[in-house]
Amino acid sequence: MNKQKVYNTIHYVLLIVLALATLLPVLWVVLSSFKPQSELFRVPLTFLPQKWTLQNYVSSLQAGNFPVYFSNTVFVAVVSTFITVMVNLMAGYALAKYIFKGRNLIFTIMIATLMIPLQVIMIPIFLQLKNFGMLNSLWGIIIPPAATPTGVFLARQYLVNLPDSLIEAARIDGAKEYSIFFRIILPMSKPIVATIAIFSFMWRWNDYLWPLIVITDNKKQTIQQALANFVGQLQINWSDLLAMTTIAIIPVIIVFLAFQRFFFSGIAAGSVKG
Amino acid sequence: MKQHTKGNFHQTAAPLLFLLPNILIFGLFIIVPAIQGLRMSFTEWGVFTTPRFIGFANFVELAQDTVFWKTFSNTIVYSLFTVSLIMVYALALALLLYKNTIKGEKIFRSLFYIPSLLSMITVGIAWRFILGDEMGIINYLLRQSGGSGIPWLTDGNLAMVSIIGVSIWAQAGYYMIILIAGLQAIPLELYEAATIDGASTTKTFTAITLPLLRSTLLVVMVLSTIASFKAYELISVMTKGGPGYATKLIVQQVYQVAFLEDRMGYASAMSIVLMLIISIFTLVQFKFTGKEQDYE
Repeated sequence: MNKQKVYNTIHYVLLIVLALATLLPVLWVVLSSFKPQSELFRVPLTFLPQKWTLQNYVSSLQAGNFPVYFSNTVFVAVVSTFITVMVNLMAGYALAKYIFKGRNLIFTIMIATLMIPLQVIMIPIFLQLKNFGMLNSLWGIIIPPAATPTGVFLARQYLVNLPDSLIEAARIDGAKEYSIFFRIILPMSKPIVATIAIFSFMWRWNDYLWPLIVITDNKKQTIQQALANFVGQLQINWSDLLAMTTIAIIPVIIVFLAFQRFFFSGIAAGSVKG
Repeated sequence: MKQHTKGNFHQTAAPLLFLLPNILIFGLFIIVPAIQGLRMSFTEWGVFTTPRFIGFANFVELAQDTVFWKTFSNTIVYSLFTVSLIMVYALALALLLYKNTIKGEKIFRSLFYIPSLLSMITVGIAWRFILGDEMGIINYLLRQSGGSGIPWLTDGNLAMVSIIGVSIWAQAGYYMIILIAGLQAIPLELYEAATIDGASTTKTFTAITLPLLRSTLLVVMVLSTIASFKAYELISVMTKGGPGYATKLIVQQVYQVAFLEDRMGYASAMSIVLMLIISIFTLVQFKFTGKEQDYE
């Protein structure tokens, strides 16, 4: 019994130490963003701001195009997520509930391309976007990565388990195929729609490489691009940068807190793109 | 499953229409570029010049390109250390948190997952702020306690160590979640039987936990290996590949040669080599750990 107590104490101490190592870097950045510029590097450094201020947030929101970057990112993330969910759910439905020639071949090709990272084909993708006149357009960021093998895979996996009898009954009642999808399948797919939507949103919000390839026009950039440019300057204005970084982090933390259970079940369900 | 195709025209056309948007996007932006990339690697190709077929010349040049081989070996070193340390650390976290027996377990899981939510750009910014030579908090604390500052990002070897450390910090929580799911799938009866037989904790771990966790560990290994070969953002923010070429990885070099030096054919050849390495590593991992993981 005593031994168990010692064991439990060690267990907790270990967890707390590791949790601090995980969280303190994030906290340090967030807290520092509330310090006045004069205090940021003033010795002795203090963990909490001596004087709390929102000055860095005000100045970074006023400086340059930050509000534009923010709204670009919101637009890209929201629209992409909607398209990704619809396109993948429809494909997953076709693969799960219809029998037709080439079904297995299509599914196999999709799964096989899971292994091809964007980084490997970014050059021909760039040229393809150039051919289609999609460079420097937010649609060039939104459309190309909307069809994801993981999304199709998760949707198919979920829909296979829905009973066929529902679809049969609707057909006997004379329902059209598309209305079966929108009226019956879609409402029943809420958990998998939520999972795909959350991971899509997170990925789009955080993505840097795709916007980097597509966008050169300053006014079309996303937050991650703006942050990378900011940190690439010779003289970094750390106060503003930390405030912008915090603003970029807040949405993903909110989504995580609101939909926590979908995160963990989604990751466990398959190798979801992070 | 019942045969649905025998019905009317609508039921035959419907699946194809449902698949159409996906196949269009997928074909135009993944399949076609993948084939195009292979073709490009045999050409001299700039954005504003006419492509010219040059056979294997790109690959011959690549074989003698010392900068490329430096980024190649950097990528291998980065990948080996990041993947193996992530596996050890994520497994340790998962073992501390999978049993559902101690209070606050769920909160701890969420806390450890938080870095995985952040973009690699923001992770890089945070750690550059923390590891800064003069003004970073770590060096400040070291100096306060009588030591001297450490050039975390400005010394070649240390910069690679820092990048690897930050990569582990940023990703371990994600793989921890996968491993927790794997650990929870092991039947409890096996552990009970082992306890009755008087097996030690170590023995239980090596005889039950590790073998039954093998397919999950394989998934973690493959995913983290692919992630490490794709690494780009973190380095571009923290070191820009420097000092010198000390932390430059293949993807950085591909980007520079393709988009800054406008040698897209040559950069495509590099991409092909990168794809080959990824495929070889993945295959070897499947071979060494036994049967293939099916997608269930």
